[in-house]
Amino acid sequence: MNFISGDPTFWSEVGISKGAILQGIWMTISISFAAIFIGTIVGIFIGLALTYGNIVARILARIYTDFVRGIPVLVLILALYYVVPILGINLNAIQAGIASLAIFSGAHVAEMVRGALQSIHKGQTEAAKALGLNFSQTFIFVLMPQALRQILPTWINTSVEIVKGSSLISIIGVVEITYALQQTMARNYMFMKFYGLAAIIYFIIGYSLERLGKFVERKLIIK
Amino acid sequence: MSKPVLEISNLHKNYGDREVLKGVSVNLNPGDVVSIIGSSGSGKTTLLRCVNLLEEYEQGVIRIDGNEIGYRMEGAKRVKEKNRKIVSDRALTGMVFQSFNLFPHLTAKENITLALRKVQKKSNAEATEIAMEWLGKVGLPGRADSYPGQLSGGQQQRVAIARAIAANPKIMLFDEVTSSLDPELITEVLDVIKKLADDGMTMLIVTHEMAFANEVSDRVIFMNDGLIAVEGSPRDVFISPENERLKSFLKNTKF
Repeated sequence: MNFISGDPTFWSEVGISKGAILQGIWMTISISFAAIFIGTIVGIFIGLALTYGNIVARILARIYTDFVRGIPVLVLILALYYVVPILGINLNAIQAGIASLAIFSGAHVAEMVRGALQSIHKGQTEAAKALGLNFSQTFIFVLMPQALRQILPTWINTSVEIVKGSSLISIIGVVEITYALQQTMARNYMFMKFYGLAAIIYFIIGYSLERLGKFVERKLIIK
Repeated sequence: MSKPVLEISNLHKNYGDREVLKGVSVNLNPGDVVSIIGSSGSGKTTLLRCVNLLEEYEQGVIRIDGNEIGYRMEGAKRVKEKNRKIVSDRALTGMVFQSFNLFPHLTAKENITLALRKVQKKSNAEATEIAMEWLGKVGLPGRADSYPGQLSGGQQQRVAIARAIAANPKIMLFDEVTSSLDPELITEVLDVIKKLADDGMTMLIVTHEMAFANEVSDRVIFMNDGLIAVEGSPRDVFISPENERLKSFLKNTKF
Protein backbone atom coordinates (compact mmCIF):
# COMPACT_ATOMS: atom_id res chain seq x y z
CA MET A 1 0.00 0.00 0.00
CA ASN A 2 1.26 3.42 -0.85
CA PHE A 3 0.35 6.03 1.72
CA ILE A 4 2.52 8.69 0.19
CA SER A 5 1.09 9.82 -3.09
CA GLY A 6 3.36 12.84 -3.27
CA ASP A 7 3.17 16.21 -1.48
CA PRO A 8 -0.32 17.69 -1.11
CA THR A 9 -0.98 20.23 -3.85
CA PHE A 10 -3.49 23.09 -3.90
CA TRP A 11 -5.83 21.08 -6.09
CA SER A 12 -5.59 17.93 -4.01
CA GLU A 13 -6.40 20.02 -0.93
CA VAL A 14 -9.33 21.64 -2.70
CA GLY A 15 -10.48 18.14 -3.64
CA ILE A 16 -10.36 16.99 -0.03
CA SER A 17 -12.23 20.08 1.25
CA LYS A 18 -14.59 20.35 -1.69
CA GLY A 19 -17.67 19.45 0.35
CA ALA A 20 -16.84 21.87 3.14
CA ILE A 21 -16.08 24.70 0.70
CA LEU A 22 -19.33 24.18 -1.19
CA GLN A 23 -21.23 24.13 2.08
CA GLY A 24 -19.48 27.35 3.04
CA ILE A 25 -20.49 28.98 -0.24
CA TRP A 26 -24.06 27.82 0.27
CA MET A 27 -24.04 29.21 3.81
CA THR A 28 -22.72 32.59 2.64
CA ILE A 29 -25.31 32.81 -0.12
CA SER A 30 -28.27 31.75 1.99
CA ILE A 31 -27.36 33.95 4.96
CA SER A 32 -26.79 36.94 2.69
CA PHE A 33 -30.03 36.31 0.85
CA ALA A 34 -32.02 36.02 4.09
CA ALA A 35 -30.38 39.17 5.49
CA ILE A 36 -31.00 41.19 2.32
CA PHE A 37 -34.58 39.96 2.08
CA ILE A 38 -35.48 40.77 5.68
CA GLY A 39 -33.43 43.97 5.60
CA THR A 40 -35.24 45.18 2.48
CA ILE A 41 -38.67 44.64 3.97
CA VAL A 42 -37.63 46.28 7.25
CA GLY A 43 -35.99 49.08 5.26
CA ILE A 44 -39.11 49.81 3.21
CA PHE A 45 -41.23 50.18 6.33
CA ILE A 46 -38.63 52.27 8.16
CA GLY A 47 -38.21 54.37 5.01
CA LEU A 48 -41.98 54.89 4.92
CA ALA A 49 -41.92 55.93 8.57
CA LEU A 50 -39.09 58.37 7.84
CA THR A 51 -41.01 59.90 4.95
CA TYR A 52 -44.65 59.85 5.98
CA GLY A 53 -44.64 58.94 9.67
CA ASN A 54 -45.82 61.19 12.47
CA ILE A 55 -43.22 62.84 14.65
CA VAL A 56 -42.83 59.85 17.01
CA ALA A 57 -42.44 57.34 14.17
CA ARG A 58 -39.98 59.63 12.42
CA ILE A 59 -37.83 60.07 15.51
CA LEU A 60 -37.75 56.33 16.25
CA ALA A 61 -36.92 55.52 12.64
CA ARG A 62 -34.26 58.21 12.58
CA ILE A 63 -32.64 56.85 15.76
CA TYR A 64 -32.58 53.35 14.26
CA THR A 65 -31.01 54.37 10.94
CA ASP A 66 -28.47 56.78 12.40
CA PHE A 67 -27.48 54.42 15.20
CA VAL A 68 -27.07 51.36 13.00
CA ARG A 69 -25.25 53.21 10.25
CA GLY A 70 -22.92 54.67 12.84
CA ILE A 71 -21.58 51.42 14.28
CA PRO A 72 -19.38 48.80 12.58
CA VAL A 73 -21.12 45.63 11.39
CA LEU A 74 -18.68 43.55 13.39
CA VAL A 75 -19.77 45.25 16.62
CA LEU A 76 -23.40 44.66 15.64
CA ILE A 77 -22.69 40.96 15.08
CA LEU A 78 -20.91 40.55 18.40
CA ALA A 79 -23.60 42.48 20.21
CA LEU A 80 -26.37 40.29 18.85
CA TYR A 81 -24.51 37.10 19.63
CA TYR A 82 -23.12 37.95 23.07
CA VAL A 83 -25.29 40.74 24.47
CA VAL A 84 -28.82 39.95 23.35
CA PRO A 85 -28.89 36.56 25.18
CA ILE A 86 -28.45 38.53 28.42
CA LEU A 87 -31.85 40.06 27.65
CA GLY A 88 -33.31 36.58 27.54
CA ILE A 89 -33.41 36.18 23.76
CA ASN A 90 -31.25 33.27 22.70
CA LEU A 91 -30.06 33.37 19.12
CA ASN A 92 -27.81 30.74 17.65
CA ALA A 93 -24.86 31.89 15.59
CA ILE A 94 -26.68 31.71 12.26
CA GLN A 95 -29.72 33.59 13.57
CA ALA A 96 -27.54 36.24 15.18
CA GLY A 97 -25.59 36.56 11.92
CA ILE A 98 -28.69 36.95 9.77
CA ALA A 99 -30.29 39.35 12.26
CA SER A 100 -27.27 41.63 12.49
CA LEU A 101 -26.79 41.82 8.72
CA ALA A 102 -30.55 42.38 8.25
CA ILE A 103 -30.53 45.21 10.80
CA PHE A 104 -27.52 46.70 9.04
CA SER A 105 -28.98 46.50 5.53
CA GLY A 106 -32.40 47.62 6.80
CA ALA A 107 -30.95 50.95 7.92
CA HIS A 108 -29.31 51.49 4.54
CA VAL A 109 -32.40 50.48 2.57
CA ALA A 110 -34.50 52.82 4.74
CA GLU A 111 -32.31 55.77 3.80
CA MET A 112 -32.48 54.86 0.11
CA VAL A 113 -36.26 54.52 0.22
CA ARG A 114 -36.63 57.87 1.97
CA GLY A 115 -34.36 59.59 -0.53
CA ALA A 116 -36.13 58.04 -3.49
CA LEU A 117 -39.63 58.81 -2.22
CA GLN A 118 -38.73 62.39 -1.45
CA SER A 119 -37.25 62.89 -4.88
CA ILE A 120 -40.46 61.88 -6.64
CA HIS A 121 -42.29 64.99 -7.80
CA LYS A 122 -45.25 65.76 -5.56
CA GLY A 123 -47.42 66.05 -8.65
CA GLN A 124 -47.32 62.26 -8.85
CA THR A 125 -49.03 61.92 -5.48
CA GLU A 126 -51.48 64.68 -6.36
CA ALA A 127 -52.41 63.09 -9.67
CA ALA A 128 -52.97 59.76 -7.93
CA LYS A 129 -55.09 61.44 -5.24
CA ALA A 130 -57.08 63.33 -7.84
CA LEU A 131 -57.90 60.01 -9.52
CA GLY A 132 -59.30 58.71 -6.23
CA LEU A 133 -56.46 56.38 -5.27
CA ASN A 134 -56.01 56.01 -1.53
CA PHE A 135 -52.65 56.20 0.21
CA SER A 136 -51.69 52.54 -0.02
CA GLN A 137 -52.76 52.32 -3.68
CA THR A 138 -50.78 55.46 -4.43
CA PHE A 139 -47.78 53.98 -2.69
CA ILE A 140 -47.97 50.52 -4.27
CA PHE A 141 -48.85 51.47 -7.85
CA VAL A 142 -47.36 54.94 -8.30
CA LEU A 143 -44.60 55.78 -5.84
CA MET A 144 -42.92 52.47 -5.04
CA PRO A 145 -42.40 51.35 -8.66
CA GLN A 146 -40.63 54.64 -9.32
CA ALA A 147 -38.69 54.55 -6.06
CA LEU A 148 -37.54 50.96 -6.59
CA ARG A 149 -36.15 51.77 -10.03
CA GLN A 150 -34.28 54.62 -8.49
CA ILE A 151 -32.80 52.69 -5.58
CA LEU A 152 -31.89 49.58 -7.56
CA PRO A 153 -28.23 50.47 -8.24
CA THR A 154 -27.61 51.47 -4.59
CA TRP A 155 -29.57 48.48 -3.39
CA ILE A 156 -27.33 46.15 -5.40
CA ASN A 157 -24.32 47.88 -3.85
CA THR A 158 -25.68 47.24 -0.37
CA SER A 159 -26.39 43.62 -1.29
CA VAL A 160 -22.77 43.17 -2.36
CA GLU A 161 -21.72 44.82 0.92
CA ILE A 162 -23.84 42.29 2.80
CA VAL A 163 -22.25 39.35 0.97
CA LYS A 164 -18.82 40.69 1.82
CA GLY A 165 -19.90 41.59 5.36
CA SER A 166 -21.13 38.04 5.89
CA SER A 167 -17.47 36.98 6.13
CA LEU A 168 -17.46 38.74 9.52
CA ILE A 169 -19.88 36.26 11.03
CA SER A 170 -17.12 33.64 10.85
CA ILE A 171 -16.06 35.23 14.12
CA ILE A 172 -19.11 33.87 15.94
CA GLY A 173 -18.51 30.41 14.48
CA VAL A 174 -20.74 30.27 11.42
CA VAL A 175 -19.01 28.10 8.83
CA GLU A 176 -19.42 30.22 5.76
CA ILE A 177 -16.83 30.69 3.00
CA THR A 178 -14.18 32.40 5.12
CA TYR A 179 -14.43 30.03 8.06
CA ALA A 180 -14.62 26.93 5.83
CA LEU A 181 -11.41 27.95 4.10
CA GLN A 182 -9.74 28.86 7.40
CA GLN A 183 -10.45 25.32 8.61
CA THR A 184 -8.81 23.95 5.47
CA MET A 185 -5.81 26.22 5.96
CA ALA A 186 -5.48 25.07 9.56
CA ARG A 187 -4.69 21.66 8.10
CA ASN A 188 -2.54 22.49 5.10
CA TYR A 189 -1.06 25.94 5.89
CA MET A 190 -1.61 27.12 2.28
CA PHE A 191 -2.64 30.61 3.40
CA MET A 192 -1.73 32.42 0.24
CA LYS A 193 -3.59 30.09 -2.08
CA PHE A 194 -6.72 29.59 0.02
CA TYR A 195 -7.18 33.25 0.95
CA GLY A 196 -6.74 33.86 -2.76
CA LEU A 197 -9.46 31.32 -3.41
CA ALA A 198 -11.69 33.10 -0.88
CA ALA A 199 -11.14 36.38 -2.68
CA ILE A 200 -12.00 34.82 -6.01
CA ILE A 201 -15.20 33.22 -4.69
CA TYR A 202 -16.39 36.50 -3.12
CA PHE A 203 -15.52 38.36 -6.28
CA ILE A 204 -17.52 35.95 -8.43
CA ILE A 205 -20.60 36.25 -6.21
CA GLY A 206 -20.34 40.04 -5.97
CA TYR A 207 -19.63 40.54 -9.65
CA SER A 208 -22.52 38.28 -10.67
CA LEU A 209 -24.83 40.30 -8.43
CA GLU A 210 -23.72 43.52 -10.06
CA ARG A 211 -24.20 42.14 -13.56
CA LEU A 212 -27.62 40.85 -12.57
CA GLY A 213 -28.44 44.29 -11.18
CA LYS A 214 -27.36 45.98 -14.41
CA PHE A 215 -29.50 43.55 -16.38
CA VAL A 216 -32.60 44.20 -14.26
CA GLU A 217 -31.91 47.94 -14.42
CA ARG A 218 -31.92 47.83 -18.22
CA LYS A 219 -35.17 45.86 -18.19
CA LEU A 220 -36.86 48.31 -15.83
CA ILE A 221 -35.58 51.54 -17.30
CA ILE A 222 -38.31 54.13 -17.78
CA LYS A 223 -38.50 54.95 -21.45
CA MET B 1 -83.73 75.96 -13.59
CA SER B 2 -81.50 72.96 -13.11
CA LYS B 3 -79.84 72.21 -9.79
CA PRO B 4 -76.19 73.22 -9.64
CA VAL B 5 -73.74 70.33 -9.88
CA LEU B 6 -71.04 72.35 -8.13
CA GLU B 7 -71.69 74.92 -5.43
CA ILE B 8 -68.83 76.79 -3.83
CA SER B 9 -69.93 79.17 -1.13
CA ASN B 10 -67.91 81.65 0.87
CA LEU B 11 -64.59 79.82 0.58
CA HIS B 12 -61.75 81.08 2.74
CA LYS B 13 -58.24 79.71 2.57
CA ASN B 14 -55.06 80.81 4.34
CA TYR B 15 -51.47 79.89 3.80
CA GLY B 16 -50.16 80.72 7.24
CA ASP B 17 -50.89 84.40 7.82
CA ARG B 18 -51.67 85.09 4.19
CA GLU B 19 -55.31 84.83 3.16
CA VAL B 20 -55.40 83.64 -0.45
CA LEU B 21 -59.15 83.09 -0.78
CA LYS B 22 -61.28 85.70 0.95
CA GLY B 23 -64.78 84.39 0.47
CA VAL B 24 -65.33 82.95 -2.99
CA SER B 25 -68.71 81.71 -4.20
CA VAL B 26 -69.35 80.07 -7.56
CA ASN B 27 -72.14 77.85 -8.88
CA LEU B 28 -71.90 75.58 -11.89
CA ASN B 29 -74.97 74.03 -13.50
CA PRO B 30 -74.64 70.79 -15.43
CA GLY B 31 -72.88 71.47 -18.72
CA ASP B 32 -71.53 74.85 -17.64
CA VAL B 33 -68.09 75.80 -18.85
CA VAL B 34 -66.61 78.46 -16.59
CA SER B 35 -63.16 79.94 -17.07
CA ILE B 36 -61.22 81.64 -14.33
CA ILE B 37 -58.70 84.31 -15.31
CA GLY B 38 -56.56 86.61 -13.25
CA SER B 39 -52.96 87.40 -12.47
CA SER B 40 -50.73 84.95 -10.62
CA GLY B 41 -51.36 84.95 -6.91
CA SER B 42 -54.99 85.89 -7.34
CA GLY B 43 -56.06 82.52 -5.93
CA LYS B 44 -57.46 80.84 -9.03
CA THR B 45 -55.33 77.70 -8.87
CA THR B 46 -55.91 77.46 -5.12
CA LEU B 47 -59.65 77.59 -5.70
CA LEU B 48 -59.42 74.68 -8.12
CA ARG B 49 -57.24 72.67 -5.74
CA CYS B 50 -59.78 73.20 -2.96
CA VAL B 51 -62.52 71.75 -5.14
CA ASN B 52 -60.31 68.68 -5.66
CA LEU B 53 -59.56 68.63 -1.90
CA LEU B 54 -55.84 68.85 -2.57
CA GLU B 55 -55.91 71.86 -0.25
CA GLU B 56 -57.66 72.20 3.07
CA TYR B 57 -59.71 75.33 3.63
CA GLU B 58 -60.63 77.10 6.81
CA GLN B 59 -64.12 78.23 6.01
CA GLY B 60 -66.80 77.72 3.41
CA VAL B 61 -68.70 74.87 1.85
CA ILE B 62 -68.23 72.99 -1.41
CA ARG B 63 -71.13 70.84 -2.56
CA ILE B 64 -71.24 68.44 -5.47
CA ASP B 65 -74.75 67.40 -6.49
CA GLY B 66 -75.98 68.95 -3.26
CA ASN B 67 -73.68 66.97 -0.95
CA GLU B 68 -70.92 68.69 0.97
CA ILE B 69 -67.45 67.32 0.26
CA GLY B 70 -64.36 67.27 2.46
CA TYR B 71 -65.95 68.50 5.68
CA ARG B 72 -69.06 67.96 7.74
CA MET B 73 -70.75 69.66 10.65
CA GLU B 74 -70.80 67.91 13.99
CA GLY B 75 -73.21 70.08 15.91
CA ALA B 76 -71.77 73.54 15.50
CA LYS B 77 -68.26 72.25 14.85
CA ARG B 78 -66.80 71.92 11.37
CA VAL B 79 -64.71 68.75 11.09
CA LYS B 80 -62.64 67.28 8.31
CA GLU B 81 -64.06 64.11 6.84
CA LYS B 82 -62.36 60.76 7.29
CA ASN B 83 -59.72 59.87 4.72
CA ARG B 84 -61.93 57.27 3.10
CA LYS B 85 -64.67 59.86 2.40
CA ILE B 86 -62.13 62.41 1.15
CA VAL B 87 -60.68 59.83 -1.25
CA SER B 88 -64.12 59.09 -2.68
CA ASP B 89 -65.06 62.80 -2.78
CA ARG B 90 -61.95 63.49 -4.84
CA ALA B 91 -63.04 60.97 -7.43
CA LEU B 92 -66.13 63.13 -8.11
CA THR B 93 -63.91 65.65 -9.86
CA GLY B 94 -61.27 65.08 -12.51
CA MET B 95 -58.19 67.25 -12.35
CA VAL B 96 -55.75 68.05 -15.14
CA PHE B 97 -52.51 69.66 -14.01
CA GLN B 98 -50.19 72.21 -15.52
CA SER B 99 -47.30 69.72 -15.38
CA PHE B 100 -49.31 66.73 -16.76
CA ASN B 101 -48.21 64.46 -13.88
CA LEU B 102 -48.52 61.30 -15.93
CA PHE B 103 -47.04 58.25 -14.22
CA PRO B 104 -43.72 57.79 -16.07
CA HIS B 105 -43.42 54.05 -15.40
CA LEU B 106 -46.78 53.28 -17.00
CA THR B 107 -47.83 53.40 -20.65
CA ALA B 108 -50.48 55.85 -21.83
CA LYS B 109 -53.06 53.08 -21.64
CA GLU B 110 -51.95 51.96 -18.17
CA ASN B 111 -52.06 55.55 -16.94
CA ILE B 112 -55.75 55.56 -17.80
CA THR B 113 -56.63 52.05 -16.63
CA LEU B 114 -54.97 52.33 -13.20
CA ALA B 115 -57.80 54.24 -11.52
CA LEU B 116 -60.44 52.30 -13.44
CA ARG B 117 -59.07 48.99 -12.17
CA LYS B 118 -58.04 49.96 -8.65
CA VAL B 119 -60.65 52.57 -7.71
CA GLN B 120 -63.65 51.56 -9.78
CA LYS B 121 -62.73 47.85 -9.66
CA LYS B 122 -63.39 47.35 -13.35
CA SER B 123 -62.02 44.27 -15.09
CA ASN B 124 -58.84 44.62 -17.08
CA ALA B 125 -60.72 44.13 -20.35
CA GLU B 126 -63.35 46.73 -19.52
CA ALA B 127 -60.76 49.25 -18.31
CA THR B 128 -58.70 48.72 -21.46
CA GLU B 129 -61.76 49.24 -23.64
CA ILE B 130 -62.56 52.54 -21.90
CA ALA B 131 -58.92 53.64 -22.14
CA MET B 132 -58.76 52.89 -25.86
CA GLU B 133 -62.03 54.75 -26.43
CA TRP B 134 -60.72 57.88 -24.69
CA LEU B 135 -57.31 57.67 -26.32
CA GLY B 136 -59.23 57.69 -29.61
CA LYS B 137 -61.26 60.71 -28.57
CA VAL B 138 -58.17 62.72 -27.67
CA GLY B 139 -56.63 61.79 -31.00
CA LEU B 140 -54.01 59.31 -29.80
CA PRO B 141 -55.35 55.90 -30.75
CA GLY B 142 -51.93 54.67 -31.84
CA ARG B 143 -50.02 55.69 -28.74
CA ALA B 144 -51.60 53.35 -26.19
CA ASP B 145 -48.35 51.52 -25.51
CA SER B 146 -46.10 54.58 -25.48
CA TYR B 147 -44.55 55.73 -22.23
CA PRO B 148 -44.98 59.40 -21.25
CA GLY B 149 -41.30 60.00 -21.99
CA GLN B 150 -41.91 58.99 -25.59
CA LEU B 151 -44.72 61.52 -26.07
CA SER B 152 -44.61 65.24 -26.78
CA GLY B 153 -45.91 67.66 -24.15
CA GLY B 154 -49.17 68.15 -26.01
CA GLN B 155 -49.65 64.41 -26.35
CA GLN B 156 -48.89 63.88 -22.66
CA GLN B 157 -51.42 66.48 -21.67
CA ARG B 158 -54.05 64.86 -23.91
CA VAL B 159 -53.37 61.52 -22.22
CA ALA B 160 -53.72 63.29 -18.86
CA ILE B 161 -57.09 64.67 -19.94
CA ALA B 162 -58.18 61.21 -21.10
CA ARG B 163 -56.99 59.74 -17.79
CA ALA B 164 -59.00 62.24 -15.75
CA ILE B 165 -62.18 62.01 -17.77
CA ALA B 166 -62.15 58.23 -18.22
CA ALA B 167 -62.67 57.98 -14.46
CA ASN B 168 -66.10 59.47 -15.16
CA PRO B 169 -66.05 62.56 -12.91
CA LYS B 170 -69.01 64.90 -12.55
CA ILE B 171 -66.85 67.96 -13.11
CA MET B 172 -63.55 68.45 -14.89
CA LEU B 173 -61.01 70.87 -13.43
CA PHE B 174 -58.27 72.25 -15.67
CA ASP B 175 -55.36 74.00 -14.00
CA GLU B 176 -53.43 76.10 -16.53
CA VAL B 177 -53.13 73.01 -18.67
CA THR B 178 -51.34 74.73 -21.54
CA SER B 179 -48.94 76.86 -19.53
CA SER B 180 -46.00 74.47 -19.81
CA LEU B 181 -46.52 73.68 -23.49
CA ASP B 182 -44.70 75.01 -26.51
CA PRO B 183 -46.96 77.41 -28.44
CA GLU B 184 -47.42 75.06 -31.38
CA LEU B 185 -48.68 72.30 -29.06
CA ILE B 186 -51.30 74.41 -27.29
CA THR B 187 -53.97 74.20 -29.98
CA GLU B 188 -54.18 70.40 -29.97
CA VAL B 189 -54.88 70.42 -26.24
CA LEU B 190 -57.40 73.26 -26.39
CA ASP B 191 -59.21 71.50 -29.23
CA VAL B 192 -59.69 68.45 -27.03
CA ILE B 193 -61.13 70.63 -24.25
CA LYS B 194 -63.45 72.38 -26.72
CA LYS B 195 -64.73 69.03 -27.87
CA LEU B 196 -65.47 68.05 -24.27
CA ALA B 197 -67.34 71.33 -23.82
CA ASP B 198 -69.40 70.58 -26.91
CA ASP B 199 -70.20 67.16 -25.45
CA GLY B 200 -71.75 68.88 -22.43
CA MET B 201 -69.05 68.23 -19.82
CA THR B 202 -69.20 70.53 -16.80
CA MET B 203 -65.85 72.27 -16.56
CA LEU B 204 -64.00 74.76 -14.42
CA ILE B 205 -60.97 76.04 -16.30
CA VAL B 206 -58.12 78.13 -14.96
CA THR B 207 -56.36 79.57 -17.98
CA HIS B 208 -54.13 82.27 -19.39
CA GLU B 209 -55.45 81.69 -22.92
CA MET B 210 -57.89 84.57 -23.22
CA ALA B 211 -59.00 83.82 -26.78
CA PHE B 212 -59.74 80.26 -25.73
CA ALA B 213 -61.65 81.36 -22.62
CA ASN B 214 -63.64 83.76 -24.75
CA GLU B 215 -64.53 81.05 -27.23
CA VAL B 216 -65.27 78.09 -24.99
CA SER B 217 -66.84 79.59 -21.85
CA ASP B 218 -70.43 80.16 -20.85
CA ARG B 219 -69.15 82.43 -18.10
CA VAL B 220 -65.81 83.97 -17.25
CA ILE B 221 -64.63 84.81 -13.75
CA PHE B 222 -61.93 87.40 -13.12
CA MET B 223 -60.25 86.82 -9.79
CA ASN B 224 -58.29 89.49 -8.05
CA ASP B 225 -56.60 89.28 -4.66
CA GLY B 226 -58.53 86.24 -3.43
CA LEU B 227 -61.93 87.48 -4.51
CA ILE B 228 -64.13 87.24 -7.56
CA ALA B 229 -63.92 90.74 -8.98
CA VAL B 230 -66.01 90.15 -12.08
CA GLU B 231 -68.25 87.30 -13.18
CA GLY B 232 -70.11 87.46 -16.44
CA SER B 233 -70.45 86.33 -20.01
CA PRO B 234 -67.28 86.33 -22.13
CA ARG B 235 -68.71 89.44 -23.74
CA ASP B 236 -69.07 91.25 -20.41
CA VAL B 237 -65.54 90.35 -19.45
CA PHE B 238 -63.57 90.65 -22.67
CA ILE B 239 -65.46 93.05 -24.88
CA SER B 240 -66.89 95.61 -22.50
CA PRO B 241 -65.12 95.30 -19.17
CA GLU B 242 -66.04 97.90 -16.58
CA ASN B 243 -63.90 96.86 -13.63
CA GLU B 244 -60.69 98.91 -13.53
CA ARG B 245 -58.51 96.02 -12.36
CA LEU B 246 -59.87 93.81 -15.11
CA LYS B 247 -59.24 96.52 -17.69
CA SER B 248 -55.62 96.85 -16.71
CA PHE B 249 -55.22 93.05 -16.51
CA LEU B 250 -56.57 92.63 -20.03
CA LYS B 251 -54.45 95.47 -21.34
CA ASN B 252 -51.33 93.65 -20.16
CA THR B 253 -52.42 90.30 -21.51
CA LYS B 254 -52.08 89.26 -25.10
CA PHE B 255 -54.88 87.44 -26.82
